[in-house]
Parts: sequence; structure tokens; C-alpha cells
Amino acid sequence: MTNDTDALIAEDPITGEEIELPADVEVGEIIDSPVTGAELEVISLDPLVLEEAPELEEDWGE
Amino acid sequence: MKVGILYSRIRRDEKLLLAELRERGHEVEKIDVRKARFGLEETTAAVGDLDIVLDRCLATSRSLYATEFLASYGVPVVNSPETATICADKVKNSLALADAGVPTPRTEVAFTTDAALEIIEAFGYPCVLKPVVGSWGRLMAKIDSRNAAEAILEHKATLGHYQHKIFYVQEFVEKPGRDIRVVAVDGEPIAAMTRTSDHWLTNAAKGGKTAEFEITDNVRELVERASEAVGGGLLGIDLMEVGGADSGSYTVHEVNHTVEFKALNDAVATDVPAVVVDWLEATAEGYAEGT
Repeated sequence: MTNDTDALIAEDPITGEEIELPADVEVGEIIDSPVTGAELEVISLDPLVLEEAPELEEDWGE
Repeated sequence: MKVGILYSRIRRDEKLLLAELRERGHEVEKIDVRKARFGLEETTAAVGDLDIVLDRCLATSRSLYATEFLASYGVPVVNSPETATICADKVKNSLALADAGVPTPRTEVAFTTDAALEIIEAFGYPCVLKPVVGSWGRLMAKIDSRNAAEAILEHKATLGHYQHKIFYVQEFVEKPGRDIRVVAVDGEPIAAMTRTSDHWLTNAAKGGKTAEFEITDNVRELVERASEAVGGGLLGIDLMEVGGADSGSYTVHEVNHTVEFKALNDAVATDVPAVVVDWLEATAEGYAEGT
């Protein structure tokens, strides 16, 4: 996780712990929870809200 | 210009593109296809004044339909729904390559386990069974024996989805431990890499080790023809070397229409997202001029 002073703080939706996100996160971006390793999706930036990311589906990919 | 990005998940690929677009002063409209509604004449997505829309949907099914709707509204969208339709389906992909005379692995399709077993026995072992839709090397089976073939076919037949009952069998190509991914725009290669692995699946998503590949004239020509065969656009063309790494002979096994390029961008000196945005600018200009 970044030590950037502009880093954002959000609540891990699984554990409730505070986690740091890079300042340039985007809505829709997937990040790995530094607490559980689970994939989290950025739902909104103001307020900063994370949710568990959707599970992999069969037609995903390129 | 004003650029729409169709997405349902922002990967590092999309972040690289977004950064490049914004750096150049372009306005970006992110369109989360999970939230949009698509009517026969209009959509809730803000696409009205976009100069171009880039489809970056992770889910093939969404990519197919969302681009189809946008094209029907007259919104310039890349890749086109026609390209997506061909690339999303391995049967259509193989047929398009073969029809264009592009060398591609020998492939046969059957609709029952009995007929599929006949193909497998005729191909000999090993051969490969692939799902017609899917990627990242998932559910691909290298079949080494009749016992394995019978078991895999039985499993596939009980998986549930009708697509698993379309048995796509392909010859096993003896490649030199690697394959080649070329990312190209309208047939013009941006850069290429090899994906090397001890495993028979060499996909970067499967942990294949990547390295820059110098594009030869032969590869350039195949990429151009493969791109044209599927209708052009921003594509990932996958090739295998036939007869050894120095043979200069290739077979094109797949063309991907929502190509991921982060691994390529890390492996090569070329700034891949910058070239993609160059192409988007030129394509949008072409649409504006009616070409």
C-alpha cells in the first residue's frame, strides 16, 4: 500500500478496518484489500465507499 | 475530443488509457454498463455527444450487446459489434481466419459427446478441447488419452450451459514453450511479446513469462490479414510458432477484441496506451469526416 501523503482512507467492507488507497483511484476500480486480500470495488469517491467486487464470471476476459 | 469508455471493471489497462486520455486534455465519459439501460432507440447512458466510444467491457456478453446498441443509435464505437461477434466466439474466430486464408490450427466442432470423441480419435493425442466462449485459458483441456477424452466430454456435457455442449476440438500445436501476442490497431502492430511457460498454456493470465518480441515481416503480414478477417479495430492477435522458434512459420490461433495490454506495456519499450489513444483520435476524426 502506498505511503503517498495524498492517500485516501476507506473502510474495508469485510473487516471494517481502515485501509489506504492511492489518491488516483477511480470509480469502478478493483483493489486488493491489504487486510484480507479480497478484491474490492470502488463504488464512490465522495464519500469513499468500497464493496466486495463481483465474483469472476464465465464470460470474463478478453 | 469526448471519449466514452464502456466498462464494468476498471483494470490497470483502463487506468492507463484514462490517464493518457486525460493527460491529452480529452473529456472522458465513463459508462458503467451495469447501470445503463438500453432501449431500441435510446439509452440512459450519456452517449449523445461522444466523438467515439471504446468498449472495455470485461464480460463478453455485455460487450456484444452494448456495442450493438450503440452502433444502432449511430454512436461511433470501437471495436465494432461485428468484430466483437466474431472474436467473442472461437468458432466464428476460426472460420473467419480460415476464410481469409490465415493459417490457423486444424479445428472441428461437434454437438454430441459421441461425435466429439470421433473427432478426438481422428486428431490423435494430444489434442485440445476449448470452450467456444471464454478466455484467460480457463476450461481448456489438453487431452492425452481416450480415457481422459471420455471423462472430460462427460463432465462438459453435464456442466449445464448449452455452450459446453458445443465441442470445439483443435489440433495440439507443438510450440517452442511460448506463444506470441501482438496488439494491433486496424492491422498495424503496436508491439508484441512472447509468453513463455513450462505449462502448455502460456497465457499471461496463467503466469506465462513475458518478453518483447521483435515483429518480423511475416508476423506483420499475418497480423494485418487476421485483423482484416475479423473486421479490424484494437485487437490482440495470438500466434504460435510452428516447426520451432526459428522456423519463421506461424499459425494464428485467436484474435481478441477487448484486449488487455498491461502485460505487454510492461514487457516492451513502446508506450502502448499512447499508441492506442493516437489511434482513437484518428478513428474519431475519421468518423467525424464520415470515412
